[in-house]
Amino acid sequence: MLLSLIVFMPLVSAILISLLPKENWIRPTALFLGLAQFVVSLVLFAQYDPSTPALQLVEFVPWVPALGVSYFLGIDGISFWLVLLTTFLLPVVILGSWTAIDKKPKGFHIALFVLQTAMLGSFVAMDLVLFYVFFELSLVPMYFIVGIWGGTRRIYATTKFFIYTMLGSLLMLLAIIYLMFTAQEVLPAKQMTANILELYKLDIPFIAGQFLNPQTLLFFAFSVAFAIKVPMFPFHTWLPDAHVEAPTPGSVVLAGVMLKMGSYGFLRFVIPLFPEASEHYAWVFLFLGVVGIIYGALVAMVQPDVKKLVAYSSVSHMGYVMMGLFALNTYGVTGSIYQMLNHGISTGALFLLVGMIYERTHSREIEKYGGLAKVLPIFTILFFIVTLSSIAVPMTNGFVGEFLILLGAFEASMFFGSLAVIGVVLGAVYMLWMFKRMFFGEEGELVSDKKHPLHDLSLREMVVMAPLIVLIFWMGLLPNQFLQYSKVSVEHLVSTKDAYQLSIHTPQPESDAQLAFGMKFFKSVAQAPEAK
Amino acid sequence: MQAEFLFAILLLAPLIGFIINGLRWKSKNYLLAGSIATGAVAISFIAAVLVVMKLFGADAPKAVTVEYFKWMAVGGLEVPVAFVIDHISALMVLVVTGVGTLIHLFSIGYMSHDERPSKYFAYLNFFLFNMLLLILGENLLLMFVGWEGVGLCSYLLIGFWFSDKEKAAAGMKAFVTNRIGDAGFLLGIFTIFFLLGTVSFDEIISKVAGMPVEVGWSGPITLAALFLFIGAMGKSAQIPLYVWLPDAMAGPTPVSALIHAATMVTAGVYMIVRLSPLFILAPNALHVVAVVGAATAVFAATIGITQFDIKKVLAYSTVSQLGFMFLACGVGAFGAAMFHLVTHAFFKALMFLGSGSVIHAMHEEQDIRKMGGLKKYLPITHATFVVGWIAIIGIPPFAGFFSKDEILWKAFSSPLGHKGLWAAGVIGAACTAFYMTRLMALTFWGKPRFDEHKTHPHEAPPSMAIPLIVLAILSAIGGFMGIPHVIGEILPGHPGNWLEHWLAGSIAAPAGEAHGSAIMEWILMGISVSIAGLAALLAFSFYVIEPDRPKQWAARLPGLHRLLENKYFVDEFYFERIINPLVSGSKALWAFVDVNFIDRATFVVGDFVRGMGSTARTLQTGNMQQYALYISIAIALMFVYLLEGPKRLAELFGG
Amino acid sequence: MPINDALLNVGLSHYLILSALLFTLGLLGVLLRRNVIVILMSIELMLNAVNITFVAFSRYSPTANMDGQAMVFFVMTIAAAEAAVGLALATTIFKKFREVNIRYFEHLKG
Repeated sequence: MLLSLIVFMPLVSAILISLLPKENWIRPTALFLGLAQFVVSLVLFAQYDPSTPALQLVEFVPWVPALGVSYFLGIDGISFWLVLLTTFLLPVVILGSWTAIDKKPKGFHIALFVLQTAMLGSFVAMDLVLFYVFFELSLVPMYFIVGIWGGTRRIYATTKFFIYTMLGSLLMLLAIIYLMFTAQEVLPAKQMTANILELYKLDIPFIAGQFLNPQTLLFFAFSVAFAIKVPMFPFHTWLPDAHVEAPTPGSVVLAGVMLKMGSYGFLRFVIPLFPEASEHYAWVFLFLGVVGIIYGALVAMVQPDVKKLVAYSSVSHMGYVMMGLFALNTYGVTGSIYQMLNHGISTGALFLLVGMIYERTHSREIEKYGGLAKVLPIFTILFFIVTLSSIAVPMTNGFVGEFLILLGAFEASMFFGSLAVIGVVLGAVYMLWMFKRMFFGEEGELVSDKKHPLHDLSLREMVVMAPLIVLIFWMGLLPNQFLQYSKVSVEHLVSTKDAYQLSIHTPQPESDAQLAFGMKFFKSVAQAPEAK
Repeated sequence: MQAEFLFAILLLAPLIGFIINGLRWKSKNYLLAGSIATGAVAISFIAAVLVVMKLFGADAPKAVTVEYFKWMAVGGLEVPVAFVIDHISALMVLVVTGVGTLIHLFSIGYMSHDERPSKYFAYLNFFLFNMLLLILGENLLLMFVGWEGVGLCSYLLIGFWFSDKEKAAAGMKAFVTNRIGDAGFLLGIFTIFFLLGTVSFDEIISKVAGMPVEVGWSGPITLAALFLFIGAMGKSAQIPLYVWLPDAMAGPTPVSALIHAATMVTAGVYMIVRLSPLFILAPNALHVVAVVGAATAVFAATIGITQFDIKKVLAYSTVSQLGFMFLACGVGAFGAAMFHLVTHAFFKALMFLGSGSVIHAMHEEQDIRKMGGLKKYLPITHATFVVGWIAIIGIPPFAGFFSKDEILWKAFSSPLGHKGLWAAGVIGAACTAFYMTRLMALTFWGKPRFDEHKTHPHEAPPSMAIPLIVLAILSAIGGFMGIPHVIGEILPGHPGNWLEHWLAGSIAAPAGEAHGSAIMEWILMGISVSIAGLAALLAFSFYVIEPDRPKQWAARLPGLHRLLENKYFVDEFYFERIINPLVSGSKALWAFVDVNFIDRATFVVGDFVRGMGSTARTLQTGNMQQYALYISIAIALMFVYLLEGPKRLAELFGG
Repeated sequence: MPINDALLNVGLSHYLILSALLFTLGLLGVLLRRNVIVILMSIELMLNAVNITFVAFSRYSPTANMDGQAMVFFVMTIAAAEAAVGLALATTIFKKFREVNIRYFEHLKG
């Protein structure tokens, strides 16, 4: 019940917001609702048992029995942190966009909450069709967020974003249908199913060295869909456009959570469903990962627009994630999961900070800044800390992820692992160069403009940044506290990926007082969890 | 007292100092900020001394180790937050906290006019915290944390006066160049981890203990050693990654003394000494270390001859001296490297602080052409500087003589040594004597070349003078901890080589017989001292007796002079050949690959779909009769299909 | 072959051939003619061709099935209705444009 509550609470919130009569109630209400769903998601800590790789907090209700499609939710170590990251970022984003979104605030917040449901849904859906529904649903609100509240070229950007992602997911849809039919033929139940736990049992034929065989084709169909979402080089060109045109909160959610839906897809579906193909074609992804890291960094280096720079840095960081995933060992995969969280936090924070300065000067051109450090000291300190996290300096979160990924990649392939290390240098180059040009040196034209003196961060903005900064250090100094929640699941995945199975954790008794209210509300909607 | 408690104080005192000063970063009260910071480091020093005391005594442990909690545990990788003080790190920790305290004290006076003293002291303390992590960390990863941390502080302190674009750029250059080294260090960690399954120093050393010496270049240990040496090259400013250190002089002078002379830059040497049992198994890697070290020693020393910025001269001198240390490591004389590290920390910190005192007195003037004759204005600074000068050029019995001579002797006699390496060392030492004498002459001796009516140089306040005096004493007597056997034998009481004895159990020594006899050692010692003395005399005659001679020589050898004055054009080369192509290449990537290729390709797909659409659109005329015709044709085809079957249909269409 | 003989030997296929001829004539009329009135008449022709088929099948059915005969009434009713509506439309358009050419029926298209 808890998962349904987490997933659908934002949707209910969206409805509530749509009923609000006055415009100036919207933001406080949205913030309250956002915080509320975050608090609810914290109950996961009490309910989740990190000592088992089994699927937990399972909910299973048949949806379209004839096709074997069901409403099937569950959570394990792979999705645990992503769910929390998603719920954590929402209130941050709402508070961060307090003044940035000045037109149609109601529509904006509704879109934000619907998006939240879609993203959370895709992280906990354990049924391929259900996953697909959530995965696609997430496009719609983002389409409007960029298309309505975006910059001057917003229509171009949002259309590009939509079509790119849609194209990939259609391939995936075909693959899903194929899998469902295969399940009907092969599995003992002789019944079509989209249940991912059942599909894990499939042994899809694979012929090494040949392209036209079921597993390879399915593998690439899924991979392209997720690679576009990640985005992995060379499918990345939608990202800079979307980020530059998106409003700050849109960028934060896009970079913070939506990109992870792609990398999560690899981890949940691609690697366990197509283990032989994953292993056989791992080098492709290691290669593209390295190219993404270096290419993203180089192109980021020469961007004149700071937001575009951050966008390309995302390409570079997600390159690390891909490398870690396809290192296919504990270090790499753990590092990838960690890097997904890091990227969500530090790139999210970077976008927020860029948004804050944009609100003041209405320009994102690096050349027009300079000497900000003297004028906006607090802003500078925060920006610097986030920069450090982005370039993976030890004691910040970035280091742990990057180190583990590189370690894993080095084990998988010494050649690619060594190449990827170049990214460590280039990361420092583009971030520090940008930092130098914006914050150091003489005051630029925007900074020295005496008619519009710049004000340092307001209390609200500091409150927005505070949790992110705390997490940057917390995750860097005490990574074990975070790693232990995904440890067992990752080890289970890596050690048994050739015959991956997930069992269902015995559901807990429904006696939690904290949840009594929520459960009463949802009891009519969904049934008690039952094992199939 | 409990070791856990002492280590906690040792490490946390600077961190707490950093936090306190960091929180009151706006405060201009330099006295308070400085006292907090200096106090924190002094506490650290006392704690360090207390821990090191535990190592003395008949049944003392070889090392004091503490473990606090697990930092990271993934798969087979277990990284505890554990610290160790053994015979190697004991030396280093005392130098760092001891010299650190003195430099902090000196900074109070030096930064008294600055706008942000609290920020400065916060950074300085944070540096010290990271340096302690680097030194005390019991595993490679913790060392790496400190390793990057000191790089970060170095970045912050070089760019401390960030409004100046040059200084901000110097900070960035330092960080990025260090990062190249760090990348190598990371690869070294990976190689070691996958080879030995551990990152703990203790376990690494016990696991490599039984391994055979590797021959050839491609063995895993050689590879690991080379990777780690790349890390050392970056941090310790060796060819080709030395370029950041001269620029790093943009930071406040005490920072140059602490970070860029005495402590941080020696981290590379320290790391190699720490892992000496591993390096000794890879003789080829050691040869690389020795050659790079010797080359750097000579190369940087020659540049030092022509520089006019007092700090730049000292910076190139530091690069050169670090080269000596690597030369020592490369010939397997890890003890000598450690010895030179310690003495160098004394006399180079002394000289940097002295130069700080000069710069402070001259109102931020750093050009030695505009100094001269400062001896009478700055007597204490001059006196202490003289001690440093004698120490660095290696005149007995000052500290530098003992350590440098041990390196030269080992370069000659060690089984891994070579006469060429010895010769390079002697040339480096001669150049050192020359440029140091030149520096003394131009700064302190001769006639003042500044306007004595406008500039009134004043001697440093006591807070700045005391560190100078203490360091001068250390530079004078520091060498006695490592008296060579040949000298010890003739001295009353036959003092042994204490340092060698102290380090004996902790470092490795090359296999094989040393060649060379005691007579040989005496002869070589005589040669090196007399060459250095001659070079110093030459410089004295050039710059004090006949001040016109340098210009004549520069005119006589214009090519060489230009080459040296422009530092062999290395910076220009890097800029033209690496940085510029990288930037323009990246622009090309963006413009051609991203915009013109990938985007174009996606547009082609879109255009194709759109084209199909507009073709299909022509069928939709809106003419009812046309539609009826389509329908009729379709029905007719269906009839044919139903009547004749698919085969006939295929025939009809010739398929 | 004497005519009588031929008349006596009229079978199902003859009716079907006639029906097919009429239907094709009607179809061609619908497809090729521009005059709305003629098109409507052609549609009538097609409908009647179908009627002939219905009746013929009904007559020659071994079980004397009357379904075909019944269906013809439906068709005729529909045809009448269609003719009424069609002619009314044609008249209206003729009044507006003074034309019976089918092209004037295309003005609704987007």
